[in-house]
Amino acid sequence: MLPLSSQPLIHARRLTKRFGSFTAVDGIDFDVAPGEAFGFLGPNGAGKTSTMRMIGCVSPPTGGTLRVLGMDPVADGPRIRARLGVVPQQDTLDEELTVEENLVIYARYFDIPYREGRRRAAELLDFVQLAERAKSEVEPLSGGMKRRLTIARGLINEPNLLLLDEPTTGLDPQARHLLWDRLYRLKQRGVTLVLTTHYMDEAEQLCDRLVVMDKAKIVAEGSPRQLIERYSTREVLELRFAPGAQESLDGQLDGKLDGIAERIEPLPDRLLLYTSDGDAAIDAVHARGVEPESVLVRRSTLEDVFLRLTGRTLVD
Amino acid sequence: MKGVVRVLEYNWMTYRRTWRGTLFFTFVQPVLFLAGLGLGLGGFVDRSGTGALEGVRYVAFLAPGLLAAQAMQMASFESTYPILGSIVWRRTYHAMLATPLRVREVLAGQLGWIAFRLAVGSVAFLLVIMLFGAVQSPLAALAAPVAILTGLAFAAPIMAFSATLRTDEWFSAIFRFGITPLFLFSGTFFPIAQLPDVIEPIAYLTPLYHGVALARDLSLGRADLLAAVLHLAVLFAYFAAGVGAASITFRRRLVL
Ligand SMILES: Nc1ncnc2c1ncn2[C@@H]1O[C@H](COP(=O)(O)OP(=O)(O)OP(=O)(O)O)[C@@H](O)[C@H]1O
Ligand SMILES: [Mg+2]
Repeated sequence: MLPLSSQPLIHARRLTKRFGSFTAVDGIDFDVAPGEAFGFLGPNGAGKTSTMRMIGCVSPPTGGTLRVLGMDPVADGPRIRARLGVVPQQDTLDEELTVEENLVIYARYFDIPYREGRRRAAELLDFVQLAERAKSEVEPLSGGMKRRLTIARGLINEPNLLLLDEPTTGLDPQARHLLWDRLYRLKQRGVTLVLTTHYMDEAEQLCDRLVVMDKAKIVAEGSPRQLIERYSTREVLELRFAPGAQESLDGQLDGKLDGIAERIEPLPDRLLLYTSDGDAAIDAVHARGVEPESVLVRRSTLEDVFLRLTGRTLVD
Repeated sequence: MKGVVRVLEYNWMTYRRTWRGTLFFTFVQPVLFLAGLGLGLGGFVDRSGTGALEGVRYVAFLAPGLLAAQAMQMASFESTYPILGSIVWRRTYHAMLATPLRVREVLAGQLGWIAFRLAVGSVAFLLVIMLFGAVQSPLAALAAPVAILTGLAFAAPIMAFSATLRTDEWFSAIFRFGITPLFLFSGTFFPIAQLPDVIEPIAYLTPLYHGVALARDLSLGRADLLAAVLHLAVLFAYFAAGVGAASITFRRRLVL
């Protein structure tokens, strides 16, 4: 809920981006409140980056209204960008400079004096656990280190709004958890986070509120919990079958499972049974003489929400 | 305006790591050219009489021409690979434009950087020319700014073109079919009156001819005001057209 006094940091209505005749963002509405962690969850090509670039004032909207920090991105781009931190999907680190130089020169773009830039660089490198690499070149750093450096760079101007476009894509689980931890700390310090991801666990971990995007449109909006409650059941029973059973899965085993679950979703190698009580559903499955290779009861996730909303899985 | 300075600072920061590699181009190459062509070949030319060069020693004729031609070469290099790199490979410009910097500041800063590199190169070249005793007038000092302008008359339009590319495959064609022929046939090594009559007028259209002619007139102390204004006008026209084109291509490429 927005406190009445606080203006949204980002306000978008019918926001649209076209490239030629192709519509990458199709009239989307959303607001981001101060202090919130807000996510765009969606598959490849959904329009997440196009949206983020409009918010970051590097890509002018084709239509609709967009206000960032209460200003108009087209008229006040430089003033807005002065107060944003940006972590783009594709790294733009300078591989010919050292880790520290990357931060110090970036600080200069924000008019921060060299001395102060070096001071902030040291502090931020500590924060992202890269202090001992300060003098090393960027090129040999691992993917996770580069991502952390990009986040440090995005924080050099002490922004109150940090935009992160797929901050952890391509990283191993350990690197992702380290990043999540740092982002969580930033949020606790009051930094507003706007991030995109196609990892539902990332969205669940980090976002207070998110929108699900698909094919240039927003298809649902809410907290992770609200979305799961609204679009899925409490539990999911996964039934795995031997390869080759595809046809009977699509026909849901000739109706043998009718009525066991609220909804049944066939996937290439398994069936998902949406139900409030997974264990009871297992018993019912066995009672009807269906013998899957394996069974698994789990809680619903945003992945299930996405499947329900679009009929497709999120990560292909 | 501040943004322009920031782009210069960025270039300076990367240049600090690579400047040693540019020393050869800046100092050694002029010495080699002036010694080999100016003195070596020039010895032959002068012995057969300097009538064609209006009584000027060959090295004194050649040196200011080379000054302008070297500016063209340096400017062309600096406005091809580094520009494409900043857009496609290193994505430097994208990083800059996510900050308060504007496209026009990035463009102006990059041109300013090339002007700085040209200034260092031209002054160094002029010093080498003086060491060779190939200067005949104090006006030669003005040949350095002329060389810078000559370089910029190439840099701006080439930058405009570089900003439209996705790969570097065009660049070798630019050098092979553009820069090298200009280097050889724009009056640097011999008066363009030597060119076949059908080709001669083409030379007048190229910026290098005007840079070479003006630098030479200054160095030899025979500059004529009207001719000088004409040469400058042509160089400015190329530069201004290039800046106009680059403002468009940079924006098209960087603001999507
Ligand atoms: N500059 C551009 N010119 C033309 N089409 C573009 C451009 N940028 C993006 N698109 C198209 O717009 C659509 C949305 O792209 P966008 O990058 O916003 O998606 P995304 O949700 O970020 O996807 P991903 O998860 O792959 O990063 C895609 O179909 C893409 O090809
Ligand atoms: Mg994207």
